[in-house]
Amino acid sequence: MYDNPIEEARRQSQICNACRYCEGYCAVFPAMHADRFFSDGDLTQLANLCHNCQNCYYACQYTAPHEFALNLPGVLAEVRQESWEDTAFPAPLSRAFHHHGTLIAAATVLAMALLFWAARHLPGDGTGFYAVIAHSVMVAIFLPAFLLPLAALAVGLRRYWKRVGGQSVTLADLRAAFGSAATMRNLAGGHGDGCNFEEEDVFSQSRRGMHQLVMYGFLLCFAATATGTILHYGFGIEAPYRLLSLPKLFGVSGGLMLCAGTLGMMHLKAKAAPDLQAPEVRGGEFGFIALLFTVSASGLALYAFGGSAALEPLLALHLGAVLAFFLLTPYSKMAHGFYRLAALTRDAQRKR
Amino acid sequence: MTTHPDRYDIVVLGGGNAALCAAITAAENGAKVLILEAAPKPYRGGNSRHTRNFRCKHDGPLSVLVESYGEEEYLADLLRVTGGRTDEGLARMVIRESEACLPWMEAHGVRFQPSLSGTLSLARTNAFFMGGGKSLVNAYYRTAEALGVEVLYDAPVRHVALDGQRVTRVEYEHDDATHVLHPRAVIVASGGFQADIDWLTEAWGPPARNFLIRGTPYNRGAVLKDLLDQGVTSVGDPTQCHAVAIDGRAPKYDGGIVTRLDCVPFSIVVNKHGARFYDEGEDVWPKRYAIWGRLVAAQPDQVGYAIIDSRALRLFMPSVFPPIEAGTLEDLARKMDLPPAQLVATVDEFNAACGDTSGFHPTELDGVQTTGLEPPKTNWARPITEPPFYGYSLRTGVTFTYLGLKVDETAQCSTAAGKIENLWAAGETMAGSILGQGYLAGYGMTIGTVFGRIAGREAAAHVR
Repeated sequence: MYDNPIEEARRQSQICNACRYCEGYCAVFPAMHADRFFSDGDLTQLANLCHNCQNCYYACQYTAPHEFALNLPGVLAEVRQESWEDTAFPAPLSRAFHHHGTLIAAATVLAMALLFWAARHLPGDGTGFYAVIAHSVMVAIFLPAFLLPLAALAVGLRRYWKRVGGQSVTLADLRAAFGSAATMRNLAGGHGDGCNFEEEDVFSQSRRGMHQLVMYGFLLCFAATATGTILHYGFGIEAPYRLLSLPKLFGVSGGLMLCAGTLGMMHLKAKAAPDLQAPEVRGGEFGFIALLFTVSASGLALYAFGGSAALEPLLALHLGAVLAFFLLTPYSKMAHGFYRLAALTRDAQRKR
Repeated sequence: MTTHPDRYDIVVLGGGNAALCAAITAAENGAKVLILEAAPKPYRGGNSRHTRNFRCKHDGPLSVLVESYGEEEYLADLLRVTGGRTDEGLARMVIRESEACLPWMEAHGVRFQPSLSGTLSLARTNAFFMGGGKSLVNAYYRTAEALGVEVLYDAPVRHVALDGQRVTRVEYEHDDATHVLHPRAVIVASGGFQADIDWLTEAWGPPARNFLIRGTPYNRGAVLKDLLDQGVTSVGDPTQCHAVAIDGRAPKYDGGIVTRLDCVPFSIVVNKHGARFYDEGEDVWPKRYAIWGRLVAAQPDQVGYAIIDSRALRLFMPSVFPPIEAGTLEDLARKMDLPPAQLVATVDEFNAACGDTSGFHPTELDGVQTTGLEPPKTNWARPITEPPFYGYSLRTGVTFTYLGLKVDETAQCSTAAGKIENLWAAGETMAGSILGQGYLAGYGMTIGTVFGRIAGREAAAHVR
């Protein structure tokens, strides 16, 4: 949308800083109003604080056709996107997957094929899932697929932290950041009425609600995996688990929330104005949400039909989707959660 | 010309705060209401788009307002800025009504936020709209439409026909055709005439051609002129406008709040010949920005240039455009099209007249002044010596005009022969009834809200 997003963000921020009418909406404005000259690092930080609620856009008297042509949510979305791609390790992977939903789909299909191959050609070593794919095979695939992306993310976040001038982190910083993320305070609109997102200047809690479904659904699914791992190694209790077990309770409820949340997010995103987001990564964003939906839907299907002959294909599909999701975490919209937490932590430091 | 069947009881002329308060109130009282807004939808809301707060009386903490702000103190603040040129009865009524307005505004979708950074002095007196005036306007349009109020954008009114003491017809343009309505009541809330440069020039004189208009280009006073031509009683000095000094690079229209420039007290201001012309440190800027509109208007080409050094750069709120910067005063003069030798001589003379600056204090009258300089600088007089040097151009920015329709406490208009049965006015178009001169921050929105609600209520009672 903009040839030079960071310069455009600087121009727009100077206008915002002379106005200040939007100060109460979110964390971006108090951070912006703390100074009057904006370094690239400052703008990167503001961009990652922005949750794209769009309230400031619809309240702004300077949006096009006014000659000042402000579109702060749009330009910050582009700066934010650039900051993820520039700091990612390795950066070219990030550029590819953020921009192309088809590449996300292709990676997912490849991962699924790998799991099909493993299911077909490698011997099982247990019952249930492990009769299809051996536990040792799963560990051999997923342990690196989990740890390597985390290492890559750590490199990216380190680069981000340096760029925004972050200091050493205290417990209070983290408490503030996680507290804000836990409640999605920045999507509450300051007044608690929510965001302008899907229908111009109408305030609603839909986006905040859907995002919470996705976030908590995902965390519950992650908790399911974590408790499963603990039961397996700590207590020698192997999958499949009963319905009234922690992995199942977390997994089924989380899977349902994730399914509903991802469908809701796609619906809202389709209704929202593309120019107030980063239009050039729209494909990658939809691709990522679709992948999350595939992960949750295939997981639920596996639970429902795992006792049937469909176990093998369902297991391969689900584990393939999970594998693609893990591997793409540093290079897809999933990264935003980590950068957002970093930005909220940095903002807590500014206020202390 | 298309004549429409009389679907509407009340037609509201204008689409800003006062118009919306009137339309909402009338609709809530059972009237079928049409709003005719001259501007296209993105520019709807007149000057209300650019506002940020509402001055409100309150006997204790109220919403975002702290402490209390009583009627007498409020009135005293008003009398101070208007120099007594106010209708005290109407002013008191507006002040008293303001307290009930705030909860009404919240109930109709307006959201408030604490006083903005840089405006702490207003935390007790002025309730700030979250997101500013355009978000208020958005909320009111949503509320009005939910009540069945219809809105036409791009619908400038051409004529409001007065027959004796009655409005009989409203003519407006829309979609390249002239349309006629015969409403049972009309509410005028279409602002002043400041965007009509020809009218402004006629009233003020040729310098007005170089003025910038801070608000909407759609307030051309067409309805006001039409009604005055038909003998509707006027109020306010027809030659005067509220004008302030703003950033000279601001757009001709609609620059709004961001073109405000607060650097004057920490600067010296010269004209295009490089000569100073007034005491820049006479008082704190909120009390002086209005007179600087007139001072700059009196200079050649209606332009001034504020010059500061690097020490002063962070002492005032940032402006929309970065200042012109140079390492030397000569270079700064060249970049700003000022005579270099004259600017250097003026700065040298000023610097030489500065004395002890150890008491310099940017937020209070510090008495750090020049000696033997004409005109003097009586506060914040610190030599301009530390490069880089910065400059801003200053021009006169018109906020609103004072000429308007005279109304009574029921917002009703009149002619010399008496009241007009079915015509009410609200907002900037009648504010001259209360604001004879000067301006009190946030009071325009208070007048608009109070009189908008009164006009809506009275008009609805008339058509019932």
